[in-house]
Amino acid sequence: MGAIYVDPVINRATVERDECVECYSCYNGMSKEHLNPTVVRLLRRLFKMARLRFDPEPDVCPTSALTPDELTWPRVIRRAFSDPLVPHESTGVRGRGTEEVKTNDLTGRVKRGEVNFTIELGRPGVGVRMYDIQKMTMALAKIGVAFEKNNPITTLMPDPGTGALQPEVLNEKILSAIIEVLVKIDRLEEILGVVREVEKQVKTVVAIATGVRCDENGEENDVAPIVQRLGFKLVRAKTNFGLGRITNPEAIKAGAGAGAGHD
Amino acid sequence: MTNTLHRFGTTESFRDDIVIFARTSRGKNDKDCVPKLKRFLEMALMYNPVNLGDSAHGGALRPKELTPSAHWSRNLELDFRAVIDGIDTPTNAVVVLNNLEAAEKFLKEVKEADLGLCVNMSTSLENAMACSCAAGQPRHSLSYSLGFEGETEKLPNTQVLMLTTMCGHSMVSASLAKKMVDWVKEGRRTPEQAAKYLTHFCSCGVYNPSRAQRILEDAKKHTE
Repeated sequence: MGAIYVDPVINRATVERDECVECYSCYNGMSKEHLNPTVVRLLRRLFKMARLRFDPEPDVCPTSALTPDELTWPRVIRRAFSDPLVPHESTGVRGRGTEEVKTNDLTGRVKRGEVNFTIELGRPGVGVRMYDIQKMTMALAKIGVAFEKNNPITTLMPDPGTGALQPEVLNEKILSAIIEVLVKIDRLEEILGVVREVEKQVKTVVAIATGVRCDENGEENDVAPIVQRLGFKLVRAKTNFGLGRITNPEAIKAGAGAGAGHD
Repeated sequence: MTNTLHRFGTTESFRDDIVIFARTSRGKNDKDCVPKLKRFLEMALMYNPVNLGDSAHGGALRPKELTPSAHWSRNLELDFRAVIDGIDTPTNAVVVLNNLEAAEKFLKEVKEADLGLCVNMSTSLENAMACSCAAGQPRHSLSYSLGFEGETEKLPNTQVLMLTTMCGHSMVSASLAKKMVDWVKEGRRTPEQAAKYLTHFCSCGVYNPSRAQRILEDAKKHTE
């Protein structure tokens, strides 16, 4: 985000609060030394006077200068969508999305003939304002798609039918958020068309993924030919190998989802 | 989230980047899963992983409390045992390999172990297909990455993007990755050291220090 800079007036590293997405990468990712700040500053000044520069480890904060703020609503959603170590209250899942196809072998969430879109705004590393996310959700709602109920973005919609988000969160900036919709494959082109149209109106990047169910031989020839025809290069994928098995005694007893993923 | 899916690069650039992870589904196979997740990671040890991770506690390189002597002598060894011993809750257990043959054998062993966990692989389509064939396990579901769109002019250069997108949560900043490229070019750090600094910021252990080292070695000679 580039939210941390040295303020020349006070001569201290400062966090630009409006740009900071509360990802806590600076706080969680840096090793710490807990040195005396006065001594560290004095040494730096002496080195500077002699035109010398200490070559420290780049991932160490010598004085443990960064301390987390107490976050309140609506700023607290910045952290919920940016710090992967904090589970969303809505989903209980760490990160910004849901289990999507990662557990499809047990949940049967995506069936043959369906495609699960994960449209992630702000990724990689650019960040996004909630009002830009709302542009995408409202455009998708307009064409009548249903948003994944367990997705954190959906929980911010008072009425998922409109795609509008809670007004007080709209100016918040986050690292990224995933909009998740499940449709029949025959709507794939229509959805991608809408996404590409909205992309022109938002001031960020968009990472798109499509989740699909393979056939009994592990082949997938429904979605790949369409997206390739639309100009997307298929290089990388996440592959679920179908090794999951229901093992919770209650789930076995209830027959909950038995064989759900093995259609 | 899709934290390993949108890594930037060509198929060829993923030759040494295979992420295999095991996880559970709430209410279906999460009860008493901790020993199974630990076993999944234990099994990976004989295939020379380049990172192991647990999304709740981190990877094999984690930030630490240090003393100033760290600037001259610092232990940057990967601590796989800490990852395995640290699992205490249902989580994503992650194995990062830099060798297709090892990935094929590992998947086969995981299949035979029949842990009941949901096992996914994030890599090139070719690598995953090769592993599927070698293990005799047809693919169940796929999530294709369709890449990045929108204001892509806001993205950094190719090498920096390859380094930063290995952490899908974007915990590895483009500024730091760019700085590491520069430091390697200036001879201030080796590619191996620079790769390990970047790895510290990944909070779930999916970062591939081996691929990062290769990218930094390439970047020393030319910028893309």
